This record gives sequence, C-alpha cells and structure tokens, in this order.
Amino acid sequence: MAVPSAAEIPLAERRSGYADMSAASKAMQDDDTANPGMLWVLDGEAAWRAKTPATGRACADCHGEAAQSMRGVAARYPAYDAKRGKPVDLEGRINICRLEQQQAAALRPESKELLALTAYVARQSRGLPIESTDARLKPYIEAGRQLFERRQGQLNLACAHCHDNNWGRKLAGNTVPQGHPTGYPLYRLEWQGLGSLQRRLRNCLIGMRAESYAFESAEFIALETYLMWRARGMPMEAPAVRP
Amino acid sequence: MPRALIKVPARAKRGEVIEIKTLISHEMETGFRHSNTGTAIPRDIIKTFVASYNGEEIFRAQLFPAIAANPFITFHTVATESGTLEFSWNGDNGYAASEQVKISVE
Repeated sequence: MAVPSAAEIPLAERRSGYADMSAASKAMQDDDTANPGMLWVLDGEAAWRAKTPATGRACADCHGEAAQSMRGVAARYPAYDAKRGKPVDLEGRINICRLEQQQAAALRPESKELLALTAYVARQSRGLPIESTDARLKPYIEAGRQLFERRQGQLNLACAHCHDNNWGRKLAGNTVPQGHPTGYPLYRLEWQGLGSLQRRLRNCLIGMRAESYAFESAEFIALETYLMWRARGMPMEAPAVRP
Repeated sequence: MPRALIKVPARAKRGEVIEIKTLISHEMETGFRHSNTGTAIPRDIIKTFVASYNGEEIFRAQLFPAIAANPFITFHTVATESGTLEFSWNGDNGYAASEQVKISVE
C-alpha cells in the first residue's frame, strides 16, 4: 500500500458518516424522540442545573441558559487554553470548570455523567459549522496530522490509509467513512450507548492492533484538534447516531 | 432515574390512525455476559411494556434479553377521544417506570 498521501480530501468532497448510513439510521438521528442520544441530553440538562455540594453552584448559575451561552461552543473545541498553554477538549473543559469553579471532583472519562453534560453542551451547536481558526492551535493540528499519518500497530496502518486514501470503499462489509468528528458524543448502535470521540479513536487503534493512548492524553487531544480542523466548516450533528 | 422520550401527536382528528413512538433508557443486561473477573452479570431487563388510552389497554409487549439497550417501541392506534395515554415499563429488580401524555381529539 502506498505511504499515506499528503493529499487531503478536497474540501468540497468531504462527507459526514451520516451520508453513508441506512435510511433507518438517518431517521433515528433526525427525530429527537427516536435518537437515543437525547436520553443523555436530558440527563445532561438535569446535571447542568444540579448544584454541587461544595459551592452550591450549578453550571446554570454562571452560564445561564445553555441554549444561548453554549451555542456554537462545541463547534470550536478543542480550544486553546491560555492558562494551561495547550488545547483542551470539551470533556476536559467541563472537568476544569468542575474542579476550579465548583470545587467538585472531576468526572471519569466515558462516565455517564460526563457524557451527559458533554452531549447537552454539544447539542446546543447542532447545525452550526465547525470552527478551527485559532492560530495558537496550529502546532497541535500539525502534531495531530503527524499522528494521523503515522503507521502504527501490528497491522502497520495509519489512520490516513483508510480515512484519506480509501474512504467510500468497503471494510468487512461496512463503508469506510472519512472520519469527520461532526457528531460526538454520539450513540453508536454497536455500543448500545453514547461514547466520546476518544472512545471511537481508541476503537480504531485497537482495530489496527496498536496500543491506545490514555484518555485525555496529549496525543488524543492533538488528534481531536487535527480532526476538527480537517472537518472545519462541516455542520455539527451531536448527538449523532452511527451504526 | 429512567429517562423516556415519547412522541404522540398533540392533536388528532377522530378516527385518525396515529403513530406513537417510545424510547426509554435501560441497560437491558442480558444475563449471558461475564465480567472481567469471570463472574456472571445477572440479567437486568425490562420485561413488559403496556400502553393504555384513557385507562383502556391498547398495546402490550413482552421484552426478552435479545432486545437492545434503550428499547424503542413504535406502534399505531386510532384516535378515539381526548384524554391521556399512559405508558408503563416493568422489569427485573423491581424496575418500574411510567409516563403520561395528553392528546386532544377533535
């Protein structure tokens, strides 16, 4: 197989995984009463208004109505955090807010509570274009691109081999998607639950028989930052449904 | 706390066939799986779903371990009169959830 090409997918040829789904799965995502991701959004809304014991403050006490204050926020994450001097993703931002503003314990990666809050915040950006314009993200986008194009694992594959060079073709009966993170956290029918982009990346790495990075590691954040840049301008779908 | 999403048309014409969609959060643990340490994970599923229209049962379903998590049940009924549709789910470990939705029929 050719080395990962430097040729990225032309902007006009990019497509969401949504386009390759069956009519039934599309209908499931489009109807908020059929989209199981909305169960997490409901939990997230309750969590948004729940006061933490230490400070007696809820997310809503600072941020108000999420429909206004969180509109478009998920579309520009991972975002550069000047205080930490590195990008943080939405899950990371929620935990920073919990630790610093609410003096509450950080929520565990992939826990129901963290997924619910993330889904609720991400839902407020549905339909808005993904933004990646902050110049400070550039080195992280580059780092992410290098990880994306680096061969790894026993199968000696790079992400780009499937998602840049062979999207639209079949892998074990499934259409290989371009891998745009437009709908995270999303409900995957295979998982029978909601999962984050990092869980999905972990899934792919295990499939390549590579060792996965730790949740919230610099590598995952860099990959997320690159993938969001790669999907810039595409509309947010969270919480999406995928097979 | 169980979360349910229900879609019932708010208003309908008398005699009209309406579609009802229900989605409820539940793990639907099959009882066939084992944990990392080899112990069996006990079954925990919803066993029955019942829908009633102004007190009269209009739909009933029995659920089994093969049904996926967060069961999504869709069915049709005839809008006969204004009132309340009540949905209830019952299952293992004393699981019980119910929801009510109003409908107005003209």
